[in-house]
Amino acid sequence: MELETQKFGTKRSESIRKQTKSKAFFGMIWVVAGITLAVLFLILGFVLVKGVPHITWTFLSQEPEMLGAEGGIFSVIVGTVAVTAMAVVIATPIGVAGAVYFNEYSKGGRVIKVIRFFTEVLAGIPSIIFGLFGFAFFVVYMNMGWSVLAGALTLTLMILPTIIRTTEESLKTVPMSYREGSLSLGATKWYTIKKVVLPCCWGGILTGVILGLGRAIGETAALMFTIGGSLNIPTSVFSSTRTMALHLYMLASEGISDEKTYATAALLIIIVLLINTSATRIGRKMTNGK
Amino acid sequence: MENKFTVRGLNLYYGDFQALKNINIDIPEHKVTALIGPSGCGKSTFLRTLDRMQDTVEGARVEGQILFDGEDIYRRDCDVIKLRKKVGMVFQSPNPFPKSIYENIVYGPRVHGITEKKKLDEIVERTLKEVALWDETKDRLNDSALGMSGGQQQRLCIARCLAVEPEVILMDEPTSALDPVATAKIEGLMHELSKKYTIVIVTHNMQQAGRISDQTAFFLLGELLEVNPTDKIFSDPDNIKTEEYISGRFG
Amino acid sequence: MNTREKAIEKLIFICAAVSVAAVALITIFIFAQGMPAIQRVGLFRFVFGTTWSPTNGSYGILPLIAGSMAVTLGALVIGIPTGLGCAVFLSEVVTKRQAGFFRSAIELLAGIPSVVYGFFGLAIIVPLVRGLAGAVAPDAGATGLSVLSGAIILAIMILPTIVSISVNSIESVPNAYREASYALGADRRETVTKVILPAARSGIFSSIILGMGRAIGETMAVLLITGNVAVVPHSIFAPTATMTGTIAMEMSYAAPDHQQALFAIGIVLFVIIVILNGFAQVVMRRFGGAAA
Repeated sequence: MELETQKFGTKRSESIRKQTKSKAFFGMIWVVAGITLAVLFLILGFVLVKGVPHITWTFLSQEPEMLGAEGGIFSVIVGTVAVTAMAVVIATPIGVAGAVYFNEYSKGGRVIKVIRFFTEVLAGIPSIIFGLFGFAFFVVYMNMGWSVLAGALTLTLMILPTIIRTTEESLKTVPMSYREGSLSLGATKWYTIKKVVLPCCWGGILTGVILGLGRAIGETAALMFTIGGSLNIPTSVFSSTRTMALHLYMLASEGISDEKTYATAALLIIIVLLINTSATRIGRKMTNGK
Repeated sequence: MENKFTVRGLNLYYGDFQALKNINIDIPEHKVTALIGPSGCGKSTFLRTLDRMQDTVEGARVEGQILFDGEDIYRRDCDVIKLRKKVGMVFQSPNPFPKSIYENIVYGPRVHGITEKKKLDEIVERTLKEVALWDETKDRLNDSALGMSGGQQQRLCIARCLAVEPEVILMDEPTSALDPVATAKIEGLMHELSKKYTIVIVTHNMQQAGRISDQTAFFLLGELLEVNPTDKIFSDPDNIKTEEYISGRFG
Repeated sequence: MNTREKAIEKLIFICAAVSVAAVALITIFIFAQGMPAIQRVGLFRFVFGTTWSPTNGSYGILPLIAGSMAVTLGALVIGIPTGLGCAVFLSEVVTKRQAGFFRSAIELLAGIPSVVYGFFGLAIIVPLVRGLAGAVAPDAGATGLSVLSGAIILAIMILPTIVSISVNSIESVPNAYREASYALGADRRETVTKVILPAARSGIFSSIILGMGRAIGETMAVLLITGNVAVVPHSIFAPTATMTGTIAMEMSYAAPDHQQALFAIGIVLFVIIVILNGFAQVVMRRFGGAAA
């Protein structure tokens, strides 16, 4: 290489300088990538090492005492399940139907462009704004009070774009010929969607739902002013409650108990990461399986 | 001889582009009509107007008349579902649903309200026998249809089409994705089917048109240049362009 | 049958339109709650007023805007080179297999809840910054709750956004460009910096704008680690308060007037985010980069 460039008249020192520059550049890139990995492992390692030993059966099964300084987080787990499950259950049919409209029914045109634009906007709205809205609309205007329902509906709006997007991606992978085959047999459009198109997409839909669930479980700001934060086990959709993410914030910001804080953080991170990795797993399996 | 379809003054537009220009043709019952012509000449588009599958294409607009058993299928209150039940379609590449062989065949009957298991079983056996697939598949009806060979898949698609008991079968280059052996099987099958059904087939393959059809229509640039008995088209066509195409001077 | 199909199509259309209704409702309710405060104070005095002291009736959010800007700019200064480095690493340096591993790592980063980032920042970054500040200016008595801490955590949080969109647009650069560059005798570094990155600039640019939007809108992390002191920060070690942090902090005890002012901050935030995201969309569409 060096000999060759010499032959063509480039000075040797210039060629060496060029090589050094290149080495330095890619060296930096390796360093940056290494730091990024290190940061990830630092965050995970720190939270897990400090937190996992405190995740005991007592911690999981007992109700919190003294604002969470003592006891466990059972009621918080129940609250988390109630709020996020409800959000997912409401958001999934709406999101899937929305994606079906985008991909199967819309014939282009202005209406669909507007709807699409608004869906993008919805996806970009920060969670604190959702929190403000949830408070003003669901809690106060709709008179739901601080409740499981108000929080779940707020989260529903937040995770809707995720479900719409992933479902739509997966609808796009269904070959046109399946639809034609069904229509040519005299099936209606809806029958075709229900019996042929959607069954091909359950993996994609599941991915979207799981991603939405992950987002809902990790969400805090949107719930601060909508679910109230009670440490009691919710008895109805109108009960005030607290999710793990919100609990973690309360513990961390008020320095209530190191041990419980770390344990909550670790549990939260384990759940969210399990959810997200299973979502990508399913997503990948589906795309490879076709 | 009864005419199954009578097409008069059919025009089809995609936006500003006119894909079919003033088509007039009669399609006789229990005969095989072949549609030939170079790529993009409108033959597939025409085929798809016969069961209104063209409706699914965005921006397509149809003028003129297509009578099916004397009824205009483009009139406003025409029941497209009933039409497609009577006019089945087989596509260019095999498109079985990603379901089992059994489920593929009973899909159509279920659409039309047949739910009785015994009846469905009968339909599966009858149609698979009709397409000569029964012996190969009777022991693995619950296997995925996607595991079959291309030729088998196409025969399955034909069986799926027969399961709704159509009167007409439209075929859009049904063998273009298949090897010669599979093609020969499908052609033999078409011959059998033509005794019971009216068949309209689009094909790129002139020998195929010659082998299987009773009547041939030649399309060029959206126009129907000639319709004649197949023997006549291949020996003594009326139109000079037909002769040039058949003798391989373009296309 | 036909009427049933039509009814189903209507129902599905309504579901699709839920997004529109949601955005409309959000806009209406945030504005309805916040506008009275802006009217009372005056738009100019609200946005450019230098004192945020709701208990004394001064509603000037300039310090909060400055706080948000400071942590966001800090996050971009750290996050852009890191993010681009990772993007180049993923698409131009490592093999497909290794890239898969690295990509999963980035996905993991994206999945960590923001409150966990905040907690991590509070427990690890804040003490580090306190130590650093102490070494630089021992007498200042910095707590570590600062612009810098916020910027570092936000940089980590926006990294996945920058990396994933940049990688997409780098990977959509035609291979012919690379080959042409090599054929002209350019080495790998020159090809990356002079051909590939410029060719992918629209996607990179929109990834940065989206990352910026995410940083400005982020709440929990900055709430826990910036100190929430509503003054224009004079150094990177100084505490500050952001718009989001202030809303989250003060909603729980705000009197009605104060609450309206917090909604008014929401309006400002909302407008900034919509403009940023709209801008990113336009850039992406105009230059035909890979979509998010």
